[in-house]
Amino acid sequence: MMDDFIVRAALAGLGVAFAAAPLGCFVVWRRMAYFGDATSHAAILGVALALATDLPVFAGVLAVSLAMALIIGSLSSRQVSPDTLLGVLAHSALALGLVAVSLIDGVQVDLESYLFGEILAVTAHDLIVIWTGAGLVLALLAWRWQALLTSTLSADLATASGISPRREQLILTLALALTVAVAIKVVGALLIAAMLVIPAATARPFARTPEAMAAYAIAIGGLAALGGLAGAFAFDTPAGPSMVTMAAALFVLSATFAPLLRRG
Amino acid sequence: MSALIQTQGLKLAYGGRTVLRDVNMSIAPSEIVTIVGPNGSGKSSLLRALIGAIPPVSGHVLRKQGLRIGYVPQTLSIDTTLPLTVARFLNLPVRVDAQAAATALADAGVPELGARQLGALSGGQFQRVLLARALLHKPDILILDEATQGLDQPGAARFYQQIDAVRRARGCAVLMVSHDLHVVMAASDRVLCLNGHVCCEGAPHVVADAPEYRALFGTGTQGALALYRHDHDHHHHHHDHDHNHAEKEPAQ
Repeated sequence: MMDDFIVRAALAGLGVAFAAAPLGCFVVWRRMAYFGDATSHAAILGVALALATDLPVFAGVLAVSLAMALIIGSLSSRQVSPDTLLGVLAHSALALGLVAVSLIDGVQVDLESYLFGEILAVTAHDLIVIWTGAGLVLALLAWRWQALLTSTLSADLATASGISPRREQLILTLALALTVAVAIKVVGALLIAAMLVIPAATARPFARTPEAMAAYAIAIGGLAALGGLAGAFAFDTPAGPSMVTMAAALFVLSATFAPLLRRG
Repeated sequence: MSALIQTQGLKLAYGGRTVLRDVNMSIAPSEIVTIVGPNGSGKSSLLRALIGAIPPVSGHVLRKQGLRIGYVPQTLSIDTTLPLTVARFLNLPVRVDAQAAATALADAGVPELGARQLGALSGGQFQRVLLARALLHKPDILILDEATQGLDQPGAARFYQQIDAVRRARGCAVLMVSHDLHVVMAASDRVLCLNGHVCCEGAPHVVADAPEYRALFGTGTQGALALYRHDHDHHHHHHDHDHNHAEKEPAQ
């Protein structure tokens, strides 16, 4: 019995890490970190929507995150500083979600589990949802990889090659919403962006090609998930934050030792 | 239609403001055409419309069926967070075999750079790598948008010699925007002078006799002052657009 939920937690953590790490590379390359924040914070609003309508949490979160990402995408081309706009949206979405959850009658909601995840309560059904979502994200990225890279490099260069940068942006948006929806149960809305950005940033100094960076990020994300989980058991700490702490520790190691490697 | 690419009554706007109007132009096979004009005159907008990056407000851009365009952008800021070797870059978005990539690098004058990181190249090397990428798919026309920006005079001259060599070896047409007027004009079949519209065009010696062109070169500088003076020295009575061109683009 003990083994069972540990195994399920480990599999859930790995599933999220595998989807988030390569997507996170694009988040880093395209400087979308705040975009990831805003989209994942909107997930709480999705939880409220799901509770109010008896939809599965996954569906509610997916719908609201997608809507949020699309709204940001359409607004950011107008004449507002994107940085400010994302700051406004990221925190407003979180606040609005918390207010909305509290307004729902008759449901005793454990908010903390949505904010920080409850990986130890992952069911077999959750696992199927997580791995299906993660598989979809990986398939999307693999399918559009070349086009995504080209339009990340330069929108004009992509257009001249017959690629629509706008469509590639939409594909990333969809992948981001999917990742948020599968990750909320594992690391929670507040820390999803960390699982996107930290493994990618940790991998950067060791990579010479985009593919290598994505592969290293996957390995680092997986290590953070398993290491964090082990730490959570050993020290009786919350699992989601422990995974992010582990990722942050790996980042510090990478940032400290990579310059030494390059010099040697 | 024998032209590779042509425009009919093209009008372009940026942020609701007309930057270019009444453009009728065409490029014939293996022709070298240079676009000159002051900052904000619509040079880059015209190129971006030709590659399909901005839709016309009115008028048309007609490309020959199956036209292959090799585009060399003005600048490409490689984010330092993105690790990318030159060889990998040449494989975007279509994977090519190593031989084709090596040939393109050699044609662009940088045969030894394949394993280097894109972000670690000098300005001249970087522009040549962009040229190599544009050459990869055997373009019918090379489109270069101020490709020598950030290069010093000798570097720019060498870059244009490279373009000329490529054109002679491959026979592709070349359309370029440039600030290095005298370097470019000598090599061009035709020059197009833009200032919100096509204000003069023709063979280099014809354009060189035009008052607009003399105003450009009379001061002996290629700086903003000469361009600004050019802007005010020629008189079209239908100049209904404002003359504050310099505001639209940052100073070069």
